[in-house]
Amino acid sequence: MWVIAVLMFFSLLVACGFLAAFIWAVKSGQYDDKYTPSVRILFDDNEVKKENNRDIQK
Amino acid sequence: MIEEKLQNNIIYEKICFHCGQNCLGSEISLGDKYFCCAGCKTVYEILYQNNLCQYYNIEKNPGNKINKNVSTNNFEFLDDPDVKEKLVSFSDGEYTIATFFISQMHCSSCIWLLENLYKFNSGIIQSQVNFIQKQLTIRYSEKNTSLKKVVELLNSIGYMPELNFSDLVIDERKRESSISKKLYYKIGIAGFCFGNIMLLSFPEYLSFVNNIDTFLRRVFAYVITVLSLPVFFYCSSEYFNSAYKSLKRKVINIDFPLSLGIAVLFLRSLYEILFNMAPGYMDSLAGLVFFLLIGKLFQEKTFETLNFERSYKSYFPVSVTIKKDNKEFSIAASKLQIGDTMIIRNDELVPSDAVLMKGKGYFDYSFVTGESKIIEKQTGDVIYAGGRQKGQAIELEVIKETSQSYLTQLWNQDFSKKNENKLIVLSNVISKYFTIVVLFIAFTASLFWMHYSLSVALNVLTSVLIVACPCALALSTPFTFGNTLRIFGRNKFYLKNTSVVEKLANIDSIVFDKTGTITNSEQSTITFSGRPLSHAEEVLVSSALRNSSHPLSRYIFAQLNTDALIDADYYNEIPGKGIESIIANNKVSIGSKDFVFADALEATDKFNTDKCNNVISEAIDTTVFISINGKNNGFYKISNSYREALEEVINALKNYKLSVLSGDNSGEMIRLKKIFKEASTLLFRQTPEDKLNYISSLQLKGQRILMIGDGLNDAGALLKSDVGISISEDITNFSPACDAILDSTSFSKIGSFLDFSKSNLGIIKLNFIISLLYNIAGLSFAIKGNLSPIVAAVLMPLSSVTAVTFTTLATNFMAKRKGLL
Repeated sequence: MWVIAVLMFFSLLVACGFLAAFIWAVKSGQYDDKYTPSVRILFDDNEVKKENNRDIQK
Repeated sequence: MIEEKLQNNIIYEKICFHCGQNCLGSEISLGDKYFCCAGCKTVYEILYQNNLCQYYNIEKNPGNKINKNVSTNNFEFLDDPDVKEKLVSFSDGEYTIATFFISQMHCSSCIWLLENLYKFNSGIIQSQVNFIQKQLTIRYSEKNTSLKKVVELLNSIGYMPELNFSDLVIDERKRESSISKKLYYKIGIAGFCFGNIMLLSFPEYLSFVNNIDTFLRRVFAYVITVLSLPVFFYCSSEYFNSAYKSLKRKVINIDFPLSLGIAVLFLRSLYEILFNMAPGYMDSLAGLVFFLLIGKLFQEKTFETLNFERSYKSYFPVSVTIKKDNKEFSIAASKLQIGDTMIIRNDELVPSDAVLMKGKGYFDYSFVTGESKIIEKQTGDVIYAGGRQKGQAIELEVIKETSQSYLTQLWNQDFSKKNENKLIVLSNVISKYFTIVVLFIAFTASLFWMHYSLSVALNVLTSVLIVACPCALALSTPFTFGNTLRIFGRNKFYLKNTSVVEKLANIDSIVFDKTGTITNSEQSTITFSGRPLSHAEEVLVSSALRNSSHPLSRYIFAQLNTDALIDADYYNEIPGKGIESIIANNKVSIGSKDFVFADALEATDKFNTDKCNNVISEAIDTTVFISINGKNNGFYKISNSYREALEEVINALKNYKLSVLSGDNSGEMIRLKKIFKEASTLLFRQTPEDKLNYISSLQLKGQRILMIGDGLNDAGALLKSDVGISISEDITNFSPACDAILDSTSFSKIGSFLDFSKSNLGIIKLNFIISLLYNIAGLSFAIKGNLSPIVAAVLMPLSSVTAVTFTTLATNFMAKRKGLL
């Protein structure tokens, strides 16, 4: 039965690692703004060329 | 969908390419694009030059209407190190980080443009948007640009940041965000502990318990105890704090029975684990705290989008030109001192009370009073803050600092807002009786058991307190009100906090302000009296009016809507009086009665003149007189029209006592009497103080008042009333004295909003009954002295889940029935 106690210890250790990761994520500001990144990711990086521009405006 | 597209195509040619507003009477265009004003066109040109037209592809007509008054701002004062220090959050001399609050941010195009600022100005290294909080953080290099240039750039593209020097606002925001960070930590830790404790408690619940050797049971129990420590000491700390604070005020709020339950739960479990070798209730404790915190997160989320923390200062000009030793320079308005000479140009707002020293003042106090009338002032007159100069530049001597001016004081009048202690908040009333009853049951039950054994008595006492912990009740209130706020928000009705819902439900009397509230300031009806104009004359009048930017001119211009226009040979606009113009050898005068009559040399049109005089003596509406070639033709009467839904709203509110307060004269009495029922009170010529006093007098009679108004002049009354709703055409532009903001397009729903608040109070009461039933079930175990950990662990989360599910479904159902969803 000893082995269960050891297993429990390790499982808690792993869980603590995830908790630490969560706290780090909050601390580094990942939860500050939950909306803007979802919009930002959809923007195209490459600049729209002027011709292209005119097309769309028409 | 297709229909919508078609419609968009049809109106495409009429709306401004930049901001999407109607280009009424505007001639400004560029290629195939139309603009409502020169400002919008300029922004388009700036974006075009910088190859940033993708802005217009992300969303349709994403721009902000360019406010002429804002663009005249002078930002020289931003070079002042003192001022700069207040705005900048970090600077090492080389790089600087500044955070701005930009209320105009409203769509994904805004995000895109604001994050591409570096394309305008190479000095800007990075700009990042936080859309929910409407913040823009800019990192720039001091070598290549300056704070002033950054702000000027933002201003030029229609995103004027709020430059608030009180600093309070920014501090407040910083504090707020750190609170919610703390909440995330707490939820994370509580969830972690809850999950692990649950897992470790399983062996106890399952039947093979007896097979486990005592050593392993002890290990499990100790690990559980260690895991519960952060839950008790860190995660639930704010419930203890809140309970302690309310006890100090001699009030029992919902947090008191909660923290009592949590404390008893923890202490008893601790005792059992350490001395009795029993499993304890730590899993229930962790689960309870975890659920409560999630409820709190939900509550905070509903407030994230709208920030009420705005002061009068955000309406005031940030800078003022002052004159010292014959030199003109601009300083921050908050730095104005008594005795300074300031220069106010056309269309600028007077930031503090002052005496007119030089020039002629024509002030438009619509910002303060809501009535767009121009008041003439002579040198030596006192000018109160809030007036907008129309006409030539004038010099004023400051007699009061901005923070002391009449307008500011009106705003700040301290009513010790609604005396919160007196206010009956439902959940606190319930929790008070609840606590008393629970304590009573707990002690009588334990007294009964005392006859048999002390340990059983203690067991029963703690069991009752544990099982009676009102977690379902504590969760149902924030969820019901949170959901209500969300539904209101969807209908463009924004509440300051959840307690407003309760106050709304208890209203029995409604006071309306007239101008801008029940009248629609954007839609005026224009009628012409006098000799009808021929087509040729209409063209002349239109041609003259085209040159004027005065709102009245624009109204009439839009109304005439003639097909042809002639260029004026001579045009002169005299502020506060009117315009005169010579078009194709015809002299056209348009303006106030005195102005036009002085011009009409031959008063041949006797009939018209008499008629005009008669009408004027009643002085109901704003009038604009027209004369062509010295002949008086007649006048335009511009009267505000009532909101379309007004009658519908009044009918829906027939169970309330209604009153109307108006700053105007009583000309509209008959029309209003027809719409409002005889029992309603109509009062005219009310000053802001009168309105305030009227509210107080009603409150003395024991009425609970909802005040619906707009603008600054109602600020006092809005604050004094039990609930103050400010109606706004533009949500980013509202009076902060209110408890709620209503978008004018949702005016017709006022009745539904009130009904919905009422039904929500019913939902909360029902929820209370449900959680009571759970408690009674739990108590029946507890009183008998055999509350096993597994019963507690099942009962407590189950009651919370039921409460939350019920409240969410019920509010959504009611909202659907009231047509709000």
